[in-house]
Amino acid sequence: MFDLDKWQEIIANIRANKLRALLTAFGVSWGILVLLVLLGAGSGLENGVNRNMSGFATNAVYVWGRRTTLPFAGMLPGRWVRYDNRDTEAIARTISGIEHLAPRNQLGGFRGGNTVSRGDKSSTFSVYGDYPQFIRIQPMIISEGRFLNHIDIVDRRKVAVIGKTAKEILFAPGEDPVGKAIKINGVYFTVVGAFTSRQRGEGGERHAQSIYIPFTTFQRAFNVGDRVGWFAITAQPGVDAERVEKDIRSVLAARHKISPDDEQAIGSFNAKKEFDKVQNLFLGIRGLIWFVGVFTLLAGVIGVSNIMLIVVKERTKEIGIRKAMGATPFSIITTFIQESVMITSVAGYLGIVAGVGLIEAVDKLGIENDVFANPTVELSTALIAAAILVLAGGIAGIVPAWMAAKVDPVEALRSE
Amino acid sequence: MNALYSMLMEQGALPPCRCTVSFVSMIRLTKINKSYRIGQHALHVLRDVDLHIKAGEMVSIMGSSGSGKSTLLNILGILDQYDSGDYYLDETPIRALSERKAAMYRNRFIGFVFQSFNLLPFKNALENVAVPLYYQGVSRRKRNRIATSYLDRVGLADWAEHLPSEMSGGQKQRVAIARALVARPRVILADEPTGALDSETSYQIMQILEEVNQSGITVVVVTHEHDIAERTHRIIRLHDGRVQTGDPVPVRQ
Repeated sequence: MFDLDKWQEIIANIRANKLRALLTAFGVSWGILVLLVLLGAGSGLENGVNRNMSGFATNAVYVWGRRTTLPFAGMLPGRWVRYDNRDTEAIARTISGIEHLAPRNQLGGFRGGNTVSRGDKSSTFSVYGDYPQFIRIQPMIISEGRFLNHIDIVDRRKVAVIGKTAKEILFAPGEDPVGKAIKINGVYFTVVGAFTSRQRGEGGERHAQSIYIPFTTFQRAFNVGDRVGWFAITAQPGVDAERVEKDIRSVLAARHKISPDDEQAIGSFNAKKEFDKVQNLFLGIRGLIWFVGVFTLLAGVIGVSNIMLIVVKERTKEIGIRKAMGATPFSIITTFIQESVMITSVAGYLGIVAGVGLIEAVDKLGIENDVFANPTVELSTALIAAAILVLAGGIAGIVPAWMAAKVDPVEALRSE
Repeated sequence: MNALYSMLMEQGALPPCRCTVSFVSMIRLTKINKSYRIGQHALHVLRDVDLHIKAGEMVSIMGSSGSGKSTLLNILGILDQYDSGDYYLDETPIRALSERKAAMYRNRFIGFVFQSFNLLPFKNALENVAVPLYYQGVSRRKRNRIATSYLDRVGLADWAEHLPSEMSGGQKQRVAIARALVARPRVILADEPTGALDSETSYQIMQILEEVNQSGITVVVVTHEHDIAERTHRIIRLHDGRVQTGDPVPVRQ
């Protein structure tokens, strides 16, 4: 129902008290702005971290060896746990639910760096011995050539797949690295492929400095025998990665005479568990954001309600006159609720526009790192916020409107 | 009977009533009592008030302050409730009405004229006059047309666009009278209509009210000024909440 007169009166009333209406409206605008900016920041955080994690298979499990801390089966504590090819076979043979099993080695140990050179160009890179299935565990984009394959493993070929940074340093711009030789720790390898990382941020940079060679070649060329540095595993879809992790730990513990109570002897990392933890954290953050935002908004709405009460008090006489002229309680109630809804809606709309504008502006700045990327507020969220505003405006108007309808015309007409 | 009379009058079958005596009752109060509770005491404002005002009459209610005349007028105007007794307005029992019904009767039966005019300050003369029609749901165009004709009737057609703050007291009261008339009520209730005006303007206002009365509308004026009261057909005196008997003689014929 569009009633021009009612709207004219509402506008006239707001114009009569511009500053007051402005301050009241500011409370609501600010509330919705805070809510939206918080939601935008939350989504930015989520996007940033999720993007960072998208470079991993979320169901991946990593298992490595550490030092025992408990004596067991006549062995003293402090013994290094080292794996070899028989452990790989044992895991593959006894544990169900594994999709990909990739034993790995790194030159110079975990996070070690090694000099890699080509002609007069050289730098330090991480060199890994890997199986072809490793690309399923840590996704990467093959930009040139190919990744390691089965024949590389069987024939112990001296081939390498190099990261983007390694390519940029060792090769001239535009130069095709495939088929060219590089020297790793004094041994020549033929480059068969290059990749770019799917990871972002620091993790991605580190990944781009990696070089993969066949696992079997690694063991022979760098003289590590049948040693395995650590295992990367993914669970089959629908299989609980945590169960797989536990099974692997117990198999390895039995094989290496580690006390079942010695949690420290075997190190492991379950990406799924970490992923869930992060997702739970986001859930918590989102809950907190709505809590803070909604209550800020509520404070603004209570402000509107308060002002409307003052307006009713101020207009008591007018309400009395209107009642004498035949105004029904319904018409009075709707006038005040409409006014309240109008103030909240207009103020809220401005707040939404400002909030979305701010988030868009931050997005345009292109801040992108490990923990923040692409802050957005979905249209549905903005619409929900708008609906909440209209509802809140109506609720804010109820008490004042009811007070207005209850005005005693005799008292009102007597007041000056 | 009353309905028949008003129907005939509206159709123009009867000339506007110029006679002062009618046999049709417009306001009938019997044994009206009203008391206010102040703390633990009850203030008995109206005691067994009997009042009979015929259609087409113009009466004044006089009394000192505290005599209950304002309360009586509020009850007549359905702005206030009474405790016991009977009130018939145009043969309609007025008792325990819902807010909505009371609003409807105020809108259709009664026109108010106040001492302090009680115009809405942010509305111009025309809009003020049109307010009762707004609450009848009359379309904007139509109510502006009707309001203009009533403004014309009180001689303020040229002031339609002016705000109350731009008008003199007499002009404001004329706007108020136009507003009271616009919904074509049965009764005009005027509470000290000349209380805020000088004597010359007061007489002009009374002149208008007399014309209103001559068009057939019952007029009740509350006043404490004798010269104003004497311009009505009959004076009802209130004292301590009772209607004074003794001089029910019409003042003027």
